[in-house]
Amino acid sequence: MSIVSPLVQPVLLIALPLVGSIMAFLLSSRRATVGVAVVAGNLGLVGGLIGRLCATGPWQHSVGGWGAPLGIDLYLDGLSATMLAMTALVSLGISAYSAAYFSATAARHFWPLWLLLLAAMNALFLSRDLFNLYVTLELVGIAAVALTAMRGQRDALVAAMRYLLTTLLGSMSYLLGVALLYHSVGSVDMVLIGETPVPPPVAAAAFALMAVGLLLKTALFPFHFWLPGAHSSASAPVSAALSALVVKVGFYILLRLWIEVFPALADEIAGLLGFLGGVAVLWGSLQAILQQRAKMLVAYSTVAQLGYFFLALPLVAAGGSRVWGAIVLLVLAHALAKAAMFMAAGNLLAFAGHDRIRDLDRVVQRMPLTAAALGLAGVSIMGLPPSGGFSGKWLLLQASLEQGNWPIALVLLLGGVLAAVYVFKLLEHIFTSGTPTGEPRAVARTMEWAPLMLAIGAIALGFLTTTVLDLLAVGEPFVPGRRDDY
Amino acid sequence: MTGMLRWAFAGLLALLAVGLVSVVLQIPEIGGGLRSQVMAQLPESGVDHAVTAVLLNFRGYDTFLELVVLLLALFGAWGLSDSIDEAQLDTDIAVLTELVAFLVPVLILVAAYLLWVGAYSPGGAFQGGAVLAGAGVLLSLCDPGWRSRRIERTAELLLVPGVLVFLLVGLGSMLLGGQFLEYPKDIAGSLILLIEAFAMLSIAVTLHTLFAGTPRVGGDR
Amino acid sequence: MTPAQLYALVGIGLFFVGLYALGVRRHLLPRILALNIMGSGVFVVLVALARRSSEVDPVPHAMVITGIVVAVSATALALRLMLRVAHATGSAQLTDTGDD
Repeated sequence: MSIVSPLVQPVLLIALPLVGSIMAFLLSSRRATVGVAVVAGNLGLVGGLIGRLCATGPWQHSVGGWGAPLGIDLYLDGLSATMLAMTALVSLGISAYSAAYFSATAARHFWPLWLLLLAAMNALFLSRDLFNLYVTLELVGIAAVALTAMRGQRDALVAAMRYLLTTLLGSMSYLLGVALLYHSVGSVDMVLIGETPVPPPVAAAAFALMAVGLLLKTALFPFHFWLPGAHSSASAPVSAALSALVVKVGFYILLRLWIEVFPALADEIAGLLGFLGGVAVLWGSLQAILQQRAKMLVAYSTVAQLGYFFLALPLVAAGGSRVWGAIVLLVLAHALAKAAMFMAAGNLLAFAGHDRIRDLDRVVQRMPLTAAALGLAGVSIMGLPPSGGFSGKWLLLQASLEQGNWPIALVLLLGGVLAAVYVFKLLEHIFTSGTPTGEPRAVARTMEWAPLMLAIGAIALGFLTTTVLDLLAVGEPFVPGRRDDY
Repeated sequence: MTGMLRWAFAGLLALLAVGLVSVVLQIPEIGGGLRSQVMAQLPESGVDHAVTAVLLNFRGYDTFLELVVLLLALFGAWGLSDSIDEAQLDTDIAVLTELVAFLVPVLILVAAYLLWVGAYSPGGAFQGGAVLAGAGVLLSLCDPGWRSRRIERTAELLLVPGVLVFLLVGLGSMLLGGQFLEYPKDIAGSLILLIEAFAMLSIAVTLHTLFAGTPRVGGDR
Repeated sequence: MTPAQLYALVGIGLFFVGLYALGVRRHLLPRILALNIMGSGVFVVLVALARRSSEVDPVPHAMVITGIVVAVSATALALRLMLRVAHATGSAQLTDTGDD
């Protein structure tokens, strides 16, 4: 272990995918092999980091040796470790799927972009520096747009353009907020800013600007307009990455800001965000029910599921770490389940040549693994036991009832019912016998196993709830300010 | 957007702008921000110019990621490059050709100078790289195919050293027992110049490729 | 009002002028330019407020250099994408669902 442990460094989480991306760019073949190997290595690194985290507690890496506020700090605690693990696991599933999915010509564009996206997300989850977070946000956004547009079809290009304009607008707003904060405090380090008194109007303006920017990227209603188009028109593995991972990064930063920088302000708008979250859950679910195409249904499901994270925000003031933990659990469960759903939908598309729900015939006979993946993922999305989705919703339901917050409890239950409607809508046609419209094409084995493994992961999360919550608690990420343990 | 809606939108933005203006006027004096810390550590940084020190040393990690952003934009543009017909430029203009023939060598010199002087005054890899890319763009305006005929492969290979050298120096610092990008104090200045030199080349090639062409490394056409 | 604050207000003005154009114009090229103007506005705010005391704060300058490079990269991609969209749909305006 003593030979291995110096290798287990957070910086390698950025270096490895970066080098992999460059290799994928320079090589003329074997791109997928490099890609999958790099992502597997990334997962191994994350595992090692979690081991170190649990043994020695949270730690910080001052890049350049200077330390905040002069330099930039990388910080690893339970929350960032959990997000890194989520990214690593889902990325492995997506990479395995992509190895079989893309033709050679598409692969030469996909792998360099995809590995850079992974490096960017890792860098984002490790950073505590608000300006550094801006740079990583742009990295993630540009990579995501490029991957969306890669498919080249007209709908993908239009959706990618809209996505790019929206995400750049969000970044500009965020950066203006950072500018205000820096000039009030003299630092862009989150914790230092949180410890320094800032005049209320300035803090409110900075928070509003940054929050609007991040909400645009996280597609909270009414800023969700770009999402269904982008997530449904991208290639299946890209859709999986967008819904499972990319939309979460904005929420992660908002969570950190909520706790470290703007605790008082945030509680004041928790009600508004909770309301918007509730609208997102209900409206998104209704839209999902109305969709005729499988990928659009899954995309609107993302809009709805993202609403849950915000719906629960009014509960955190009184509920504290327990409620935050439940929210992160939902983030994780959604990542696993939604990636599985999009990849499974991609299989349906590859198999039948289309994704019109009504015309999908007996997939369950020809692609039992895909059907199983959809079913299991659906269980988590609906919030049925046992699954990660159920654990998260159950904890939130408990908290809302304890706090006497009936509206939130109601929306939680109603959302589950609506989710059941659209999940069953998708599943029933897969199990029925319609008339096949054309010759079905075989789908590669890996493309069936990858979503199934992720969907099983979403279910397994239900059994591992306490373990995950314990990991989350390392370093007390939901309590502001502690940086003095190492 | 209809006329009424435009006025309403403009009105809303005007209100927000006024609000933000009043907020900016309330930002407290903080006595020079991080300047005092930067100046205090400047002798240790290996360069004599404060902004270069921040860019390449204190907040070098941001600069590193920024080089990755450039590369990413190129990968993304590459993925979009199929089936666009480039407009045919009328390049047979005598004044243009003469001017470019004169300017390009000057620009190359200016770029090299900017790279070198960055340690003491405003300048550095990005400024030099932008000038160099500008020289390339001028050449492309005159002779659109100048790259593909001569140095295409080399140029494409030059896309990556900026990021790679930066990364290697950063990881090397860790092998020597420090943190990522913690340059040993005695050779900090030389390391920064090394990083900047490769960065300048990569920035120039990347910017020019974004303008003029699509890389075809890896044997695929 | 100090000169530094005046410049900061100019930056805010640029930000909102850009935002207006982003919302109102339909053609993609003005919208991409509008985003660039918004970016310039933010950079001006960053740099202007660095001049408040007699000693200039170098950190915002470095941030702006980084921001400019990031903006250039994003703009380059946006322009390529705009060309593809125009090529594919015959028009450089986003139709289909959604405004903004």
